[in-house]
Amino acid sequence: MDIITGILQISIEQGLAYALVALGIVISFRILAFPDLTVDGSFVLGGAVVARMIVLGYQPWIGIILAVFLGFAAGCATGVLNTRLKINSLLAGILIMTILYSVNLRVMGRSNTPLLNYYTVFTPFEQMEMRWLSIVLFFGLIVFACKFLTDLFLHTQVGLAMRATGDNEQMIRTLGVNTNRMTILGLGISNAFVALSGALVAQHQGFADIGMGIGMIVAGLASIIIGETLLRAKSVWMNTLAAIVGSFVYRLTITVGLWLGLAPTDLKMATGAMVILALGFPALKKGKEEKVHLRGI
Amino acid sequence: MSVDMEGIVVLRDLKKIFNRNTIDEKAAIDGIRLEVKREEFITVIGSNGAGKTTLLNLIAGTFLPDEGSVFIDGKEVTFLPEHRRAKYLGRIFQNPMMGTASSMTIEENLSMAELRGKSRGLCWGVTRKQRQRYKELLKNLELGLEDRLSDRVSLLSGGQRQCLTLLMATLSLPKLLLLDEHTASLDPKTAEKVIHLTNRIVKENHLTTIMVTHNMVQAINHGNRMIMLHEGKIQFDVLGDEKTRLTVEEVVKRFGEKLEDETLLCAPVEG
Repeated sequence: MDIITGILQISIEQGLAYALVALGIVISFRILAFPDLTVDGSFVLGGAVVARMIVLGYQPWIGIILAVFLGFAAGCATGVLNTRLKINSLLAGILIMTILYSVNLRVMGRSNTPLLNYYTVFTPFEQMEMRWLSIVLFFGLIVFACKFLTDLFLHTQVGLAMRATGDNEQMIRTLGVNTNRMTILGLGISNAFVALSGALVAQHQGFADIGMGIGMIVAGLASIIIGETLLRAKSVWMNTLAAIVGSFVYRLTITVGLWLGLAPTDLKMATGAMVILALGFPALKKGKEEKVHLRGI
Repeated sequence: MSVDMEGIVVLRDLKKIFNRNTIDEKAAIDGIRLEVKREEFITVIGSNGAGKTTLLNLIAGTFLPDEGSVFIDGKEVTFLPEHRRAKYLGRIFQNPMMGTASSMTIEENLSMAELRGKSRGLCWGVTRKQRQRYKELLKNLELGLEDRLSDRVSLLSGGQRQCLTLLMATLSLPKLLLLDEHTASLDPKTAEKVIHLTNRIVKENHLTTIMVTHNMVQAINHGNRMIMLHEGKIQFDVLGDEKTRLTVEEVVKRFGEKLEDETLLCAPVEG
């Protein structure tokens, strides 16, 4: 019983910590149908910026705001590469991700910045009796606030135009929308969420590391695929909810896997295999005319 | 540049060449001059590759011309990007999938269309007032869509989608309505319905319209002016009483050799 509680506790905490990555991926992959690989870099960017700011003695909140802002800028950069310079979407993301690797090393000045002895947003929770619950509430509040704001935004006039950009670009252009601008804005918002997640995760785990973003896309994708399958998501607010639920179920799977003896080094392989299965399975199910609707992939 | 002219749309010596400087070089539009007057309903026919769709693309700004100029409502728009001339134009494509965003709801599509060419802000996308109005407008289509405002468009049939697109194109009245074989991929009965609705909407709103069609009967029976394109040039331009008297036989007799395209010649003779 204790083990089950422990596994659930870890999964909920981790699921919420990484849920914003999945939420960001929903915006790029699903809303814009843009396979954005910037994520692996912008996640670290968030962690690196907040770590450096904290080490420099700033309030953690200031570091987080700066991290979100820079994450937004990173996403916009990928958007500009794709829309203005006409660089293929995958390559544009890879280019910015690669550039961010150097940027992140410059920001931190080294490959790993420990934060254990510094004041972070999680320091006040240390002395609390219900430490786990308060951390989960803290993460939950941020994650659901972001989800709620995203839902609202995607139902505004601009939000509708952004969704149409991913759905039918030609049509919304004939309705007078500058689709380039929509793509740039959407990728900015997406990577701002990812950077926010990176900033929180770095403080939560007590360090920022140059390798903390590797495989973040695949993990995020796995999360949204799991979530969409479980919830049969068909509307915007279901899609964003699916990201959060999926993130939890994904972390649960991993925690159980580790408990059952899966080597931590094999984690990424297992996640990759999971995504391949989820994406490839419908194609193998011949005869059954099941329509696969996986935008952005 | 603003010019005093009578036409809603004026094309001056328009030229568009594809694959320039290769052996495949082709002048899709080869020096077209055209003045579209207010409330004219022009039907455009011509065989495959005559330049019908290219002509619409040049007016809409999907392509930019190599030579010549395009004026809409007295303003030169020749090199204006597509999204910046959207406020003048309503456009419907042959493929019903192209005119609507399928993962979005009927009311969301209508709301996006209503803001054609206007600036979009952070106001709520579909308000209660809009919903009420869309309901009324959809009731007029007599397709039973008025109770399905929050259904995703992917649930509609091709004909329903094309009618919705038609409503969308005219929700905020365009200076010019461009119809690009918008009934070609529908079954005959649905096509008839859509063309009927087109006529009604054009008439009710006094719209200026250019309709490209493969179907000669359609071209002759509808509109008040007809243009025939051949190899990127206007071959035949007929309006007024002469257009009213025009028959399929006459057109075939005069231009048969230039209309070798099967779709055109095998057009159903009933109308």
